[in-house]
Amino acid sequence: MKKNGILSRAFLAILFLFLYAPIFVLIAFSFNDSKSNAVWGGFTFDWYVQLFQNRTVLGALQTTLLVSVLATLIATVVGTAAAIGFSSMKRRPRSLFLTVNNIPLTNADIITGVSMMLLFVFAGQALADFSGWLNNTQLAENANLWFDFSFSLGFVTLLIAHITFDIPYVIVSVLPKLRQLDPNLAEAALDLGATRLQAFWKVVLPELVPGIVNGMLIAFTMSIDDFVISYFTAGSQASTLSMVVYSMVRRRVSPEINALSTLMFVAVLILLVVINLRQARQEERRKRQALRS
Amino acid sequence: MRNKWLAAPYVGWMALFVVAPLVLVVVYALTTRDGSFTLDNFSNMMQYAAVFGRSFLLAGIATVLCILLGYPMAYFLSRERGRLRSMATLLIMLPMWMNFLLRTYSWVFLLERNGFFNTLLSTIGLPKLDIINTQAAVVLGMVYNFLPFMVLPIFSVIVKIDHRIIEAAQDLGANSVQVFRRVILPLSLPGVLSGVTMVFIPSVSTFVISRLLGGGMSLLVGDLIEMQFLGSAYNPHLGSAISLVMMVIVLICMGVMNRFGEGEEEAVLL
Amino acid sequence: MSKELIRLRNIRMAFDDEVVLNDLNLYINDKEFLTLLGPSGCGKTTTLRIIGGFTTPVSGDVLFDGVRINDVPPYRRQINTVFQKYALFPHMNVFENVAFGLRIPKVEEQRDENGKVVSRRKVKLSEQEIQDRVMEMLETVSLKGFENRKPDALSGGQQQRVAIARALVNRPKVLLLDEPLGALDLKLRKDMQLELKKIQQQVGITFIYVTHDQEEALTMSDTIVVMDKGRIQQIGTPEDIYNEPKNAFVADFIGESNIIDGVMVRDKLVKMYGKEFPCLDGGFAENEPVDVVIRPEDIDIVPVDQGQLVGTVTSVTFKGMQYDIIVDFRGFKWLIQTTDHSPVGARIGVKIDPDGFHIMKKSQYSGMFGDYSSYSDEYDELSDVDAVDEDEGAEEERREEGYAE
Repeated sequence: MKKNGILSRAFLAILFLFLYAPIFVLIAFSFNDSKSNAVWGGFTFDWYVQLFQNRTVLGALQTTLLVSVLATLIATVVGTAAAIGFSSMKRRPRSLFLTVNNIPLTNADIITGVSMMLLFVFAGQALADFSGWLNNTQLAENANLWFDFSFSLGFVTLLIAHITFDIPYVIVSVLPKLRQLDPNLAEAALDLGATRLQAFWKVVLPELVPGIVNGMLIAFTMSIDDFVISYFTAGSQASTLSMVVYSMVRRRVSPEINALSTLMFVAVLILLVVINLRQARQEERRKRQALRS
Repeated sequence: MRNKWLAAPYVGWMALFVVAPLVLVVVYALTTRDGSFTLDNFSNMMQYAAVFGRSFLLAGIATVLCILLGYPMAYFLSRERGRLRSMATLLIMLPMWMNFLLRTYSWVFLLERNGFFNTLLSTIGLPKLDIINTQAAVVLGMVYNFLPFMVLPIFSVIVKIDHRIIEAAQDLGANSVQVFRRVILPLSLPGVLSGVTMVFIPSVSTFVISRLLGGGMSLLVGDLIEMQFLGSAYNPHLGSAISLVMMVIVLICMGVMNRFGEGEEEAVLL
Repeated sequence: MSKELIRLRNIRMAFDDEVVLNDLNLYINDKEFLTLLGPSGCGKTTTLRIIGGFTTPVSGDVLFDGVRINDVPPYRRQINTVFQKYALFPHMNVFENVAFGLRIPKVEEQRDENGKVVSRRKVKLSEQEIQDRVMEMLETVSLKGFENRKPDALSGGQQQRVAIARALVNRPKVLLLDEPLGALDLKLRKDMQLELKKIQQQVGITFIYVTHDQEEALTMSDTIVVMDKGRIQQIGTPEDIYNEPKNAFVADFIGESNIIDGVMVRDKLVKMYGKEFPCLDGGFAENEPVDVVIRPEDIDIVPVDQGQLVGTVTSVTFKGMQYDIIVDFRGFKWLIQTTDHSPVGARIGVKIDPDGFHIMKKSQYSGMFGDYSSYSDEYDELSDVDAVDEDEGAEEERREEGYAE
């Protein structure tokens, strides 16, 4: 293949500008000394200061991080186990389960969101009815008990929803690693005297780690970035950052949000650059060794 | 290690939180508020035919634009060497780390009547563009948000093409245009197909983009559903019916496209 | 034999600072089966890629029929390649793979008497002609009936044949083959060697073949070019290369060789182990230090009192057709191939006829090869296929960079 000419380079530059322009605007306005997002009123750090005093935003940040971290951890454990389970199944049940696993991946977010909302509302209602029925029985009266199983949308339903859409990403990243796994590997460990559990921890799991980490990163990204599913499943008691932004966007965006997004973006940027530089350096070293040999 | 029971917790989880909700959607779509069977929810949807039409049209336009912009982008990136190529995936994904709503919202003040672009246009003496709160702005929002989903799968398919296959084509007399048309394009088609899915589905179901950039003027299916569940027109039964119909139409579209895609591949072969 | 078709003149090739080819000069005749032979990393694949047009040399000329073609892209060369791992198009069936080159419109140029291009027109083959030529070629490689299979539904040997058919159907003047049999098992490889030779004679074009397998090279080639470290070590017929190796590297790489330090006393008399032996070689200075090559099969075992030299058997390996015996002659171990069994520890005499000695000038390779003290190690090396693969990975990486140019 030939190298790119000036025209194709220009095309790339314009598209990257298109992708990044809104982000530059956001970052610029996080330093804007004006409440308006349209007029430039001079440079200021005020919004960063105010950010750390805004309880709504900080609370939402806390909810977002908590739900993302918890959902990612649970999804990683359950998803990895499920991937191992799937890969040891026969073809038919495996392809059935993988099809179901793919539903949250391919379905529109809004459908995943409303369907889970329906379930939670339905289950909440059913449990409330059940508690009422129990309280009317002889048993409750005699034992002097009062049952209340009812629940409404909140942090728990939000967490369940996040786990549900995170697990498929973990499975999809771990399965290929399982497929590449040399079946003799575990047998070799057993042959050398390891128990099945030891063979798993010492030999199989390390082989899966790249896939698990990859799945974890995707799951975390998806959780942090999600708005639609959270919007339908969190109810009014919990709100994530995206939900706060959404409620603001409909009225007036406070520049504090710009400041927060800028901070999060810069944090991710630094993290990614560090990872990338390390990878590049490793690759360079590998290449050089390969050349020398 | 082989142990299929490790999947048991997740299979239970899927039954409860993936399958059951979808069953509920079907049940709600087929019942009235007091729980009796009805098909009214579907017949009531006829009044929204225009909304469906608009959603699929705008999402279709956005998808085509994403192919037209995303394919060359992926192809040119794959031809780059060194830094840019190895960083390409990262560079395309990076904007996604900025909050989705804020990214979309910032187009509002880029496109506003007195916003960045119009200021720029009037500075160089061109007439102002009234894009904001139109369907064009909605399409732009879709393209902007989902373009990475088109570029990434195509890019990853193209870079995986064995360079020896390209050399073999050159060796057999194909110049660079022929190599592209007869080898790279057909081999990258699976990437395009998955890109289309990943752009079309979120586009057709969005309610955020239309609300932020369309100014509530161009209602989409997503808005409709949202209104039935959390909005003014609270009616989860109708909402479920709309969701179900959208899901089925999308499934059919994807099925046809995949069939068509295979046919396409076949056509290139013959 | 026949006229010269390709000439490489003062070719130099380097990736980064690593010199891969160093002042390479080579000509290739029309209708010749020429093999580039050497260990991985010797520059043979790079040479092939330069001829194919996938790599441009840093300096030097590539001439085709007397015309410099350094800057002619691969798709305009009358040369086709069978790639190492076949590089079949995965999205096309066998028929379409083979038809690929035929479906590309050829530009036909008409020139006036001064050689200036007067007109150009695109020539497209008719569907019928494509059909005929593809089917004919599939028959040549015995793949009739496989037209509609996709490459991944074929065995390695079948994929191999498709790759050959795909290249040959374009009727090139030269076919380049880059270790095409490397991925096949031993039995299939032997069959394909003969078949390739047969196909070459049938189509009557030049084959340039790259391999690291010396036996393959000896079996098929008209001419062998032995390469190492980016330089040509020797060019000759298989017989020349085997019988008259030019230096210790060639002697060791082709077949088994005992290489002993010696002194050429005068023409037809060589001295080693303090003893003088009659030989057939000449043309050296008086008392010039030389390397003496003795092939294991040229050594006769005789009773101790009749032996020119006497040694002790240190190991015996049964090889089916013969025994491989390692004999210690004053600390230097020889390999002898014989049909007679001698037990370990036995004292034996050996006798070498004058035509069993091959005398070589000292070179940078002297002293590096030809001692069988670590015989088993050497066997490991031969059977260690993975090690070869790893080296190839490195070569590939280099190639990829060359490809980026």
